[in-house]
Amino acid sequence: MNFNLTEERQMLQDTLRRYLREQYGTARRNEILGSDTGFSPDIWAELAELGVLGALFTEDMGGFGGAGFDIAVVFEELGRAGVVEPVLDSALMGGRLLAAAGKTDLVEQVIGGALHLAVAHAEPDSRYDLDHVNTTATDNTLTGRKAVVMNAEAAEHLIISAKDGDRIALYLVDKGAAGLDIQGYPLLAGGRAAEVTLENTPGTPLGLTLGDYEATWRLALVAQCAEALGAMETATAQTQDYLMTRKQFGRPIGTFQALAHRMSDLLIELEQARSAVINAAGHVTDTDADLHLSASKNLIGRIGRLVAEEAIQMHGGIAMTQEYELAHIAKRIIMADHRFGDTDYHLERFIALSAA
Amino acid sequence: MDLSYSPEEQAFQAEVRQFLADELPGDIADKVRLDTDLTKDDMERWHAILNNRGWLAQNWPAEFGGAEWSAVQRHIYDTEAADANAPRIVPFGLSMLGPVLQKFGSKEQQDHWLPRILDGTDWWCQGYSEPGAGSDLASLKTKAVRDGDHYIVNGQKTWTTLGQFANMIFCLVRTDADAKQQEGISFLLIDMDTPGVEVRPIILLDGCHEVNEVWFTDVRVPVANLVGEENKGWTYAKYLLTHERTGLGGVGFSQAGLKTVKRIAKTANHNGKPLIENPHFAARVAQVEIDLRAMATTNLRIISQAAAGEAPGLEASMLKVKGSIIRQEINDLARRAVGPYAMPFASEAVEGANDRIPDPFDAGPVAGQYFNNRKLSIFGGSNEIQRGIIAKVTMSGGGK
Repeated sequence: MNFNLTEERQMLQDTLRRYLREQYGTARRNEILGSDTGFSPDIWAELAELGVLGALFTEDMGGFGGAGFDIAVVFEELGRAGVVEPVLDSALMGGRLLAAAGKTDLVEQVIGGALHLAVAHAEPDSRYDLDHVNTTATDNTLTGRKAVVMNAEAAEHLIISAKDGDRIALYLVDKGAAGLDIQGYPLLAGGRAAEVTLENTPGTPLGLTLGDYEATWRLALVAQCAEALGAMETATAQTQDYLMTRKQFGRPIGTFQALAHRMSDLLIELEQARSAVINAAGHVTDTDADLHLSASKNLIGRIGRLVAEEAIQMHGGIAMTQEYELAHIAKRIIMADHRFGDTDYHLERFIALSAA
Repeated sequence: MDLSYSPEEQAFQAEVRQFLADELPGDIADKVRLDTDLTKDDMERWHAILNNRGWLAQNWPAEFGGAEWSAVQRHIYDTEAADANAPRIVPFGLSMLGPVLQKFGSKEQQDHWLPRILDGTDWWCQGYSEPGAGSDLASLKTKAVRDGDHYIVNGQKTWTTLGQFANMIFCLVRTDADAKQQEGISFLLIDMDTPGVEVRPIILLDGCHEVNEVWFTDVRVPVANLVGEENKGWTYAKYLLTHERTGLGGVGFSQAGLKTVKRIAKTANHNGKPLIENPHFAARVAQVEIDLRAMATTNLRIISQAAAGEAPGLEASMLKVKGSIIRQEINDLARRAVGPYAMPFASEAVEGANDRIPDPFDAGPVAGQYFNNRKLSIFGGSNEIQRGIIAKVTMSGGGK
């Protein structure tokens, strides 16, 4: 047993943390949040240059990481700083799917920061179900609608799931393809998504199935849990600071036992969340990965809600304002529960898997 | 014990329901249902409709033009209004300042200000909280110094709800810097058009502009605008805080919210079935509904006591805590129910955003509302303050 990061991962964590602390402060982030594109091309280029995108891929794929703990290290730091750039969807999910399809040249562009992708799987009435796909593929032309597709407007290519007969397969669709309509909108916790409709839109089969999507979905779960953990670390740290500095009734409010005990509970639960992320990252490619991942996502969802709500409550009104950093962080934490299956979804999945 | 409304109360309920069906403008009800920000005009229109019927000042005595409703009647109205998606009555003039002027104001002040509240001439906002005086309101620092027939006011108020629409603000100001905290505070009415008053917007985390900062720089306020006696403002403020106590639990809002959750959950798909049939989700909904049913009765018990002339004390704090927890739980269920569609930012602040987000549930910005309603356990005396009141009264030996 060894719970220390390897030297390489420790360096990656230190570098990324320092970079984001210096370059991704509240003012910069608010500027990005208010921008039309919803993300900063400069930040994206610098993340690529720092090797952050490359860390999401194995050496075989042209990267220098790619394991569960590499992904966890990167996303914990992105979450800590409340980063809204679509690293999870564009680089990790899009890039890893292309890597699985053997598109080495495109993966190289992703790692270099030159290529943006979007992954369109969920549909308006699929909620979190993975096998609910109504979009059809007939002779490699796609027709259907995809819901809340992250980064769709900025993507050069979209990776889209469709049903070819009974089989769910993945297709690569160019942004300019005929019959492709992208209706973009901003997201509550930053970044942009879109409703995507396809009408006889030509796509290139990637030779990937639902099983390949699920393998990438597992990596996304690790990333999402780690991102939420990073955000929770920021929320608890900010709340601790606030309790020690904010004075009411002539003393720091953290000296009131009612608040001090609740702060202690948050710190206890934060350690639980940290362990859950370690479990997810460490077991992501094991045969019983799904059991671990569902356990982690459920726990992160529950504790995330507690941390976000308690951090706001203990701050009081100031945390209700849009410009205050904690407000953004709390939104990131809660919105993590709306991706890749929520607390209840993973509770049910855990029950089903542990009964099996 | 009799849990039913009397025949008179039933008739009143039918009358309110009919009135809402006939008079509530459809465009306003739609906005309330979808949690879209109401404009000043929307709110003024609704006030005028109520005033026309004599139902605007529900708790005022008839001598001041009020409806003089009983606590039960007000509860009936609140429930029916929430069910019909009527906007809440903007409380600052009607529920807050009105009763204070009626109890502590001079005859001149009553004659001048009260009719203007009813006919909408004045839009009032509340100047209580300051950046350093939230839960600890008595530590407020905004100063008013006497200068002949005027006070000169300097300082800053915050969390001023709908201050951007207001032309008048009632403020707690410090008139005696040497007195003990609560004893040097006065209650002052300030015209917001006076030079030196500046309103700055605060945008909340869901993108809405509903609160403001109000800054005062050498603002001259006529001494005639002092309510009651100098340095007695804390007494009036406390009266104001304890006066308007029905509706604190937000029962009507919770009932309406629960209906929305069920409606969404009947439409939303979960593994090929409606979400409402999913045992985990159904259990969450049932749990909060069970709590709400009990709280509705608690609320009615307290209202009956108030109707019998007993001033609610602890019970008001209890209702506020429990009511906010239940409402927030319902908001949480609504955001869960819409699944991934909780993520789009459907804000009025983003031009055209609503048109581009095809919301399959016609639910409105439920996630925004979830975040916005975190305020319920913070404002008007946070839940921590309410629990402190309950503990102090019941465990310090000073209570009944």
